[in-house]
Order: sequence, then C-alpha cells, then structure tokens
Amino acid sequence: MSKTLFDKVWDSHVVHKINNGPDVLFIDRHMVHEVTSPVAFLGLKNRNAEVLFPEKTFATADHNTPTLNQHLPVKDPLSANQLKALEENSKLHGISYWGLGHEKNGIVHVVGPEYGITQPGATIVCGDSHTSTHGAFGAVAFGIGTSEVEMVLSTQCIMQPKPKKMKISIDGILGKGVTPKDVALFIISKLSTSGATGYFVEYSGEVFREMSMEGRMTVCNLSIEMGARGGMIAPDNKTFEYIKNREFTPKEDKWEKAMKYWSTLYSDENAIFDKELFFDGNNIQPMITYGTNPGMGISISKGIPEAKNQDSGVNTYLKSLNYMNYSEGESMLGKKIDFVFLGSCTNGRIEDFREFAKIVEGRKKASNITAWLVPGSHKVEKAIKDEGILKVLEQAGFELREPGCSACLAMNDDKIPAGKYAVSTSNRNFEGRQGPGSRTLLASPLVAAAAAVTGEITDPRTLY
Amino acid sequence: MGYEKFNTLKSTTVPLTIENVDTDQIIPARFLKATERIGFGENLFRDWRYNADNSIKKEFVLNNDTYSGKILLGGKNFGSGSSREHAAWAIYDYGFRCVISSFFADIFRGNCLNIGVLPVQVSPEFLETIFESVFKNPKTELIVNLNTQKVNIPCLGISEAFDINEYKKENMLNGYDDIDYLTNIKDTISEFAKNTPL
Repeated sequence: MSKTLFDKVWDSHVVHKINNGPDVLFIDRHMVHEVTSPVAFLGLKNRNAEVLFPEKTFATADHNTPTLNQHLPVKDPLSANQLKALEENSKLHGISYWGLGHEKNGIVHVVGPEYGITQPGATIVCGDSHTSTHGAFGAVAFGIGTSEVEMVLSTQCIMQPKPKKMKISIDGILGKGVTPKDVALFIISKLSTSGATGYFVEYSGEVFREMSMEGRMTVCNLSIEMGARGGMIAPDNKTFEYIKNREFTPKEDKWEKAMKYWSTLYSDENAIFDKELFFDGNNIQPMITYGTNPGMGISISKGIPEAKNQDSGVNTYLKSLNYMNYSEGESMLGKKIDFVFLGSCTNGRIEDFREFAKIVEGRKKASNITAWLVPGSHKVEKAIKDEGILKVLEQAGFELREPGCSACLAMNDDKIPAGKYAVSTSNRNFEGRQGPGSRTLLASPLVAAAAAVTGEITDPRTLY
Repeated sequence: MGYEKFNTLKSTTVPLTIENVDTDQIIPARFLKATERIGFGENLFRDWRYNADNSIKKEFVLNNDTYSGKILLGGKNFGSGSSREHAAWAIYDYGFRCVISSFFADIFRGNCLNIGVLPVQVSPEFLETIFESVFKNPKTELIVNLNTQKVNIPCLGISEAFDINEYKKENMLNGYDDIDYLTNIKDTISEFAKNTPL
C-alpha cells in the first residue's frame, strides 16, 4: 500500500495500537530544557521511577538564561533554581546536560541538528512546540506537554492519536529578498493559525528542494504557527551531507545501515493525503506581520487588511489592531521601529546572521534602534566570528550577545518595553510575548536588518 | 497516579468570547519559573486580569463578579501557540474543570486531557447559543456529562453531543493516567526498542 513519508516514520514507531484510542508511539530522541521538565522529573520521583533510556534524552538550558555575562551566577533566583534543578536531575538520571557555559550549549532546536542528534526517520519530541523544526531532516518531530515529558522519561513512549496528513506544495523560484521565513509567513497568512490543526504537514516542491537545511528548519519550525502538530521535508542528498560526520550521527557500517533506512523516506507516488494545497513560489514577497498572531501577515508593501474582509472574528481582529495601535488600510512601510531582535530557534542560525550582515555591511545602525543579536548556539556564535561577520556587525554599530531563546519569549531580562515596536525574526507576535505590552512584528532577517539600519519598516530589496 | 475523576459537571460559566486565545495569554512566560506545580491559578490570564501596576482590570471577565463557575467558555481556536502545560495547570488551579469552545489547538487539548480538565468542542452555533444564554442570564447552568458525551443547557432544554476517544474517556471517568498505562507495558516497549533502526 502506498504510504506518505509521515506514515512511514509514524507507523514504524507504533509499539501498540489501542482500539478507539491513541497509538503508543516509541520516541527515538527526547530533548529537554529547564522550563517544561522540572515537574516531569518531580513526577518520576513521586512514582519512584527511573529514566528508561537516559542515552536517548539530551538536556540543554536555553529558555530562561541570560544573554549577557553568562560566566557570572544567574541573578534571578527563580531562574537560577530552575537551571540548578535541570542540572541535578540530569546528573541523577545520567542524561547529558549542556548547561550554561558548556561549549555545546544553545537553543534546543539549534543544537539538536548541529550535533547530529536530529536524524531522518526519527521520532523526536521535546516540551516545546517548536520541536517541529527537526522535521526539516525528515523526522517526525513535535512538541509535547510536561505530562508527556514524564512519559518519555519513564517509558520512552507517548500516547497520541495519529494526526491527519496535509501536503503543501510550492513550485517556482523565490524572488530577490524572499527568504524561507517569508515562505512560512506567507503560508500561515493563507491558512490562519488554526488552518492545519489536527494535521501533520509535508512540504514538497521546487521551493523546498532548493532551500538550504537552515531554510528548511525555519519553515518546519513555523508549522506549529498554523496549528499543525509538525511539518517535515523528505530527506535528500543535502540532508545527508549536512548530518554526515556530526558527533551523534552513525559512523561507517552504522551509517551505511542508516542510509538504507533513510533512502526509503519519501511519500510514495500514489500516497493519499487528507488535504493538499498548492502555492506559486514566484508570487511570494517579503512578509511582515501587523497583528497579534502569526497568521496576520502581509507582503511588506501592502496595506493592513480591513476588518470587514475578515472571514470571522471581527472584534478579535479589531482588538488586535488596537493593541498594535495600527489602523485598517495603513501602509506598513515607513512605520517607526524601536527594537530589532535577530535570533531564536526560527532564525538564529548562521545563515540568518549572514543575511542580516549582507544588509548592514557598510551601513550604520539607526540611532532610534536598540538591537539584540542573539546566536542560537555557541557553534553559531563561533561561526559568526570565524566568518568575519562579527567584524561587519561591529563596524555597523551592533553587538553580539550570548546564545539563548532571549527576547523570543522574554523569560529572561531581554524584554521589549511596553508600547515599543520590535521587528523580530522569532515566531510569535502574541500580546506581551516579548515583554508585557510589547508590540512584535515578525519578519525575516533581511527585513529586520533593513529596519535596524533605517529605523523604520523598509523593503530590504531597496538596500542591496 | 491519576487525578480527580470527571463524570458529570453542573455549573455556571465564565464567558470569554475572544478568539485565538494563545497559551501566552493564559499564562505569560515570565510565570513559568517554578519547579513545582503550585500556584499557577494566580497568574491565569495575568496580563488581561491586571494592569502593569498590579491593579485590577475591571472590564476583564474574570474580574466580573457576575460570572463564576467551573466551566470556562472560550472563542474559536482556544489554546494555540506554546506547548506549555502550565496553561492547563493554571486553568485547573484557578478552579475550572472544563473548557468549552468551538475549536481547540491540538497540544493544549492533549495537555488538558492529561491533567483532568475536559476540553469540550461544540459547534460554532451551539457555542453562540451558550454565550447568548449566559449573557442574558449569568446564572445559566450547563450540564456536561462525560458518560453520555453531552452538553446540556437545561433552561433551554437543548443539548449537543461532543467527541472524545474511548480510551481518554475511560481515563477521565476513572482518574487514570497514561503513565500508569505505559508503565504496565514497559517490557513490550523495551523489546520494541531492541529493533529500532536509530
């Protein structure tokens, strides 16, 4: 029987099927961070349980860590306590822990692929919705709650009904200044934040085939923002080249054996999806959001849509514009910006810093802009220095911070002040997401760079 | 280990008509620093309930004495965004045992079911009818019967059926949880693990 890529990976991991109930799904890789794990470890303790396969779980500190002076003790006692809990729990259960200051430390969804923990055909979970990132490698990867984190720790399984399948195909050639982030924001603007709820998405077509692994990660990362459990792309030579010789990828005979499995990972020709969508990549423009959910995005040169053209939820729509202090019909170009945030599991990889540098090179940071440039990991930080990007950034008046989730969710001190506007390369523009009262405009690293040097929303295509 | 059993809930409701309520609104990230599951209810809808100076926002429905009860009514696409189970904990800790909406985000729905909050998805029309009855009479009670899978509006004499898979239904009726189930098949899991390719 013909199967989709998703079917192949999911079905081969089902330990047990329950009639009229969920599947018991075996998990190959479990990523853990400090915020959603302590109560799970506490649950283990209360049940007097052990971690079944400690070698399949990897812990890193990222959500609640400072991005300045990481060599000093963490000031906030609650944050420090949470970091200490993860360190102690990891040690107690024999889990590798890449804490603050560790050379492999970074955002969980950045370090997983960097060290080859992320592999095609694997099931990967983490107590974080952006676990969908790992789908870029042809893995079935998705976010789970803390109860499920405890399940994976103690039994290496979770219990979930199998989602429906959606295929999103985009052919064509992306124009100048159009990045993977724009492709994702474009799709979400078409589907809304609930358009893929209940589905697992496979991205296919020329646009994704041509995309770098970093770009594929950005797209898969944002799958959750249209409601999907996850998104994935069939592995190809680009995937295999990327993961080859990384620390945790199989070597020699084991590599050959794994390749045999991986080469079967594609959707069969006649495989049936519950829903299929097609878009033309030639028509996608640089995007920006104007509201308080990631579905409220438009081409950067377009005006803010009118409430009367919304399918439903007019009051919710107007509440959102009111929060942003924007009006229907206004142009986004030229709007004043206060903060720029480059980073996060969405756009905190080396390619994102290269793109940002491309625009700011030879220019100066605008005087009204506060910019936070936060690499996704120490490995990214090192590449920024090694490639000479740091010099370009510094000459343009920017500073580089230390790795972490930072202002994406503003659990640490990196909070956008109330009422201020931030162009952010992260993933959520919800009310107060980047700090109480903050106003977020989601965009690509290019649009962020253009705002950083002009002080306002600017079409990056006019700058290079 | 389990949680409080859920069978039939008869209660007034708190109506929150806003759509696309994300888990960052239900509980903002800065309140996720605890290492135990204690006190999250205090910060439920923190930034909609309180001003920056911690004074109360009177217009928000949770601050309106007219409405109370163990059932939270939410607009379409409730619980989107972050996977934080803290959102479900906050709802439970505040005193809600059931959320009724016309559409739920996946992870939030799963988290609720895992901790004993019943997510009930009804048709947009039925949700509208509930909202109307509650706005007309805040004392309107609903009866949510998990066994028969029905939500009833007794004062109108109408009800609607809702879906839940048999396994989860049994769990909630009995207060069982998934970890107990998985622990019981640990040997099967360990055997399965020997043959996984990665």
